[in-house]
Amino acid sequence: MTPAAVVFYVLASIAVLSALMVIWSRNVIHSAIYLVLTFLCVAGVYVLLQAEFVAAVQVLVYAGGILVLFLFVIMLVNLGARVGPRVRVHATVSALVGLAATSLLVYVAATGGLVTSFNVPVDLSAQGGNLQQVGWSLYRDYLLPFEIASVFLLVAMIGAIVLARQKY
Amino acid sequence: MPIPPLYALIFSLLLFAIGVLGVLTRRNAIIILMSIELMMNAANINFIAFAARTHDLIVQVFAVFTIAVAAGEVAVGLAVVLALFRNRDTVFVDEVHIMRG
Repeated sequence: MTPAAVVFYVLASIAVLSALMVIWSRNVIHSAIYLVLTFLCVAGVYVLLQAEFVAAVQVLVYAGGILVLFLFVIMLVNLGARVGPRVRVHATVSALVGLAATSLLVYVAATGGLVTSFNVPVDLSAQGGNLQQVGWSLYRDYLLPFEIASVFLLVAMIGAIVLARQKY
Repeated sequence: MPIPPLYALIFSLLLFAIGVLGVLTRRNAIIILMSIELMMNAANINFIAFAARTHDLIVQVFAVFTIAVAAGEVAVGLAVVLALFRNRDTVFVDEVHIMRG
């Protein structure tokens, strides 16, 4: 087992366990903290999969922006002592449905030929590295979707402000 | 490449299943949004795993777009939760049944 595989197993285990704690813990603040742990571990997995730029964006946007947004809203709504129910009567049915969907996906992934066919690594540094490649394709080939994404973010921002306004 | 893509796919599968479980079992709207974020992360891991498999860095651009969409989605979703709390004084989705037929 290579060191990278060991790191992957550790990161994936922590991510899955903390994701379970996100949906299991009764305190919403605890859920948010476990969520950021999951995001950071996923960013580590991105680094292992040679996607350094996406890992940086993951840390900045998810662990930085989205988590702060969650914490702000948790503080604003101030649920107090009302922790809410952990599971409901139909939770077993939901778990069965999730288990069935998961086993179906595992079956498809295991029989789809993804196990055997992966190639030798390419030398990314010869092409200028990951960041340069992604930047080139982002600003040259996908300039229009990039601009549309910025317009989308503007629309989402205005929509959030309008929705969360005090008076209508 | 030391990590076979199948392992990353199974990892993303687990995260997605946990997200589905959270959406289906929890009643707190904030936790439901967190579960949706988990599912979007799982989709992103799939993108990155296939990018590592095909050695096509273009795929990573789509992962960046997915992150942008997730940021917008969570902003609007949390604004909806805030408006819900202002109007109904709750964030538990089973206490909000004004649209039940």
